[in-house]
Amino acid sequence: MFGIVGYGCYIPRFRIRTSEIARVWGKDGADIVDSLGVHEKAVADADEDTITMAVEAGRAALARATIDPQHVNALFVGSESHPYAVKPSGTVVAEALGLSRNLFLADLEFACKAGTAALQNAYALVKAGEAKYGMAIGSDTAQGRPGDALEYTAASGAAAFVVGPNPIATIEGMYSYTTDTSDFWRREGEKYPRHGHRFTGEPAYFAHVGNAARGLMEKLGLKPADFDLVVFHMPNAKFPVRAYKQFGFEKEKWLPGLVVTHIGNTYSGSSILGLCGLLDVAKPGQRILLTSYGSGAGGDALSFVVTDRIDAARNRAALVQDMIGKKQYIDYGTYVKLRGKLSRS
Amino acid sequence: MTDVAVVGVGQTKFGELWERSLRQLGTEAFNAALTDAGIDRNAIQALYVGNMAAGYMSSQEHLAALFADHCGLAPKPAVRCEAACASGSLALRQAWLSIKAGVYDVVAVLGAEKMTDVTSSAAITGLMAAGDAEWEGAIGLTFAGLYALMARAHMHAFGTTREQMALVSVNNHKNGVKNPYAQFKKEISVEDVLNAGMIAEPLGLLDCSPLTDGAACVILASDRVAKRFERPAWILGSGQGSASLSLAERASLVEMPSTKAAAADVWKQTGWSNKNVDVLEVHDCFSINEIVALEDLGFCAKGDGGKFVERGAIKLSGEIPTNTAGGLKAIGHPVGASGVRQVIDICRQLRGDAPNQLSGVKRGLCLNVGGVGGTAIVTALGVERQ
Amino acid sequence: MTHLSVPSFWRLNKAKYGLVGAKCAGCGKLMFPPRTVCPGCGGSKFEPAALADSGQILTWTVIHAAPEGFDAPYAVALVRLEDGVVVPGQVVGDLTNLGIGATVRAVFRRLNENKDGLLLYGFKFVLSA
Repeated sequence: MFGIVGYGCYIPRFRIRTSEIARVWGKDGADIVDSLGVHEKAVADADEDTITMAVEAGRAALARATIDPQHVNALFVGSESHPYAVKPSGTVVAEALGLSRNLFLADLEFACKAGTAALQNAYALVKAGEAKYGMAIGSDTAQGRPGDALEYTAASGAAAFVVGPNPIATIEGMYSYTTDTSDFWRREGEKYPRHGHRFTGEPAYFAHVGNAARGLMEKLGLKPADFDLVVFHMPNAKFPVRAYKQFGFEKEKWLPGLVVTHIGNTYSGSSILGLCGLLDVAKPGQRILLTSYGSGAGGDALSFVVTDRIDAARNRAALVQDMIGKKQYIDYGTYVKLRGKLSRS
Repeated sequence: MTDVAVVGVGQTKFGELWERSLRQLGTEAFNAALTDAGIDRNAIQALYVGNMAAGYMSSQEHLAALFADHCGLAPKPAVRCEAACASGSLALRQAWLSIKAGVYDVVAVLGAEKMTDVTSSAAITGLMAAGDAEWEGAIGLTFAGLYALMARAHMHAFGTTREQMALVSVNNHKNGVKNPYAQFKKEISVEDVLNAGMIAEPLGLLDCSPLTDGAACVILASDRVAKRFERPAWILGSGQGSASLSLAERASLVEMPSTKAAAADVWKQTGWSNKNVDVLEVHDCFSINEIVALEDLGFCAKGDGGKFVERGAIKLSGEIPTNTAGGLKAIGHPVGASGVRQVIDICRQLRGDAPNQLSGVKRGLCLNVGGVGGTAIVTALGVERQ
Repeated sequence: MTHLSVPSFWRLNKAKYGLVGAKCAGCGKLMFPPRTVCPGCGGSKFEPAALADSGQILTWTVIHAAPEGFDAPYAVALVRLEDGVVVPGQVVGDLTNLGIGATVRAVFRRLNENKDGLLLYGFKFVLSA
């Protein structure tokens, strides 16, 4: 049986409040918090990026896995903010983590679901016997156009997984649903993405999350009631909560994974950071449903069953809630300076 | 064995000299030294050049040949020596060795540096090549940063204060007022130093020597030739020590083992102790370094340098007048020239024509440091040949 | 932007990314960065040794006049790691408790960009809570 052997997260310490961004743009902060369900978001420091956060999350995952990094033969890093257009983030990450040089490696991009795509690929190589252990990392320093609605939620964060035998959570099965649906995109060389408005709802997020989750349940012969914990992609708090209600998931099943309210949408790190939040509280025998969403569009659904190895692994690295709690607030000027929106050149 | 004397000295003004290039500065200092010695350039048998960063600041290497040509010395042999801020003393020491070995009788030593053509941040970057480029420069450490690390360690270990460090700059500026060659000829106060903008905490702008252009030259002669000259200043000892470039790899953060090694060698060669020194030049690239130097040279115990300065020991009227012409702080610090300039200022004291002339000066000592102590060179000079 | 070349940084990858130093096979001396000749016994056989990732600040400064490619102000310290080796590093994050004796741990950050646009990564330190 193969599955997650170790998991780890990284959330940078700066936060900017929704109300502070609203203040600059002359909007009502309370209204925006109400409509998005996001109070504040995580902001990377000037010397952090997708690669540095991937390394920190990766180190935490390896700490939980307690394996020799030299036994990892596959690494996939998913992001939509890789520092280079050409030169994979993964090579720096692999070198920093001390992984084997006999390594399957590629960077992935599929908007917010590149992290779960990485997980599917790492799992497939391990299951096929091509890699002893694999690693999957989703990491992003997402950018919102100044003054745009997405500026309130686009955030920085990363989560990493080691996949292999003797897991702390087995991967019971996976399913993906993909169509050509253009709800959000960014051309090569452009600084900020463009997106539809209401088009990003039903035809995009809800269709793909819904079809992916239903497809997985059908494939495995499961119903929503068979799952103890659930996390969907979190572009804000409203979309996933509406989707959970559509499936009939009770609040206690998804609340521990609803990290978006205080760190924002960490893009490729979103649903997988939520998964880390669930693993932080899951008990042996519990079943977890994860469904990510990537604009463009697609949804990856995975089912996990927690084993009794989880308790020993949990406290070897920081818990998601602890990372969320370690924070320092910044103002809008500092935020744009740090995130390079104020160019010196 | 052959003895060596300084028989001619010359320097340019030190400062921000827009109108003069590196080669103009060097040749001007050389000519001034020839005039002072009263000899023709044909008498010079070899040229030793001290310079740290012409490649970076002026895209110019191969300085030995360049200056040999421009000083009218070609085809005589020429050597360029580099040891960061101790380049000038290193050139002088190599010249001294060549005469002691009996190879030459008359040699010119030229220290020159042109630092103000590039921006300050470029100059700061270039100077950091004196430290460990891969581990210190690479993380944004600067020269001021390295000495700041040392200053803070010294303050923590011994209670040295910013006020005590400021007194070093105050004393140097006071001494520079009468020096026609100095970059800064204005007095400053302890308050001025404490209130100056921070460069690398706890060092402020007035704790730091400036970026300067300038050149200095001495003519050295063997005793066989030196006896023809009026006021030879004898080089009675020369010592050199080395240490790691990087501060992290040192056993102590509050002393310079290279200085101690160089000084030990000189005490042995000369038979002197600290009491025999009448006048001192030390490497005050940053105020803390004068304090550390006084300790490492043995003028006071390790850790007592701050109090030593505080009670006025370094003043013209004190027990060991130090940097009597203004030091690196007030005269300026054209890196490759400073070691030679220090020797010139000792020679002026020995000859009796220094800007702040002391009475009864017979023996002087110089300490020139490269980097944060990667190199240290100590030179002892005296009026008498023994 | 630094003038350090891509190949020179590449040779130092392991050391810069993972604080990997060297242990002398002859006398057991731990050193960082790795060297070719042991400063302890003069030997020339070494094994790579990952150093401790936390330690205490021996001395520190905040740099205000920066070299090219660095944005002042930033803090730099000499850190004595738990295994006794002293390394220089920037200190980032919340600097409220910055001082001699403070405990720090190593983190992975972007150090700089070289003059050809290559991003250079390595360790920095943050103060432990």
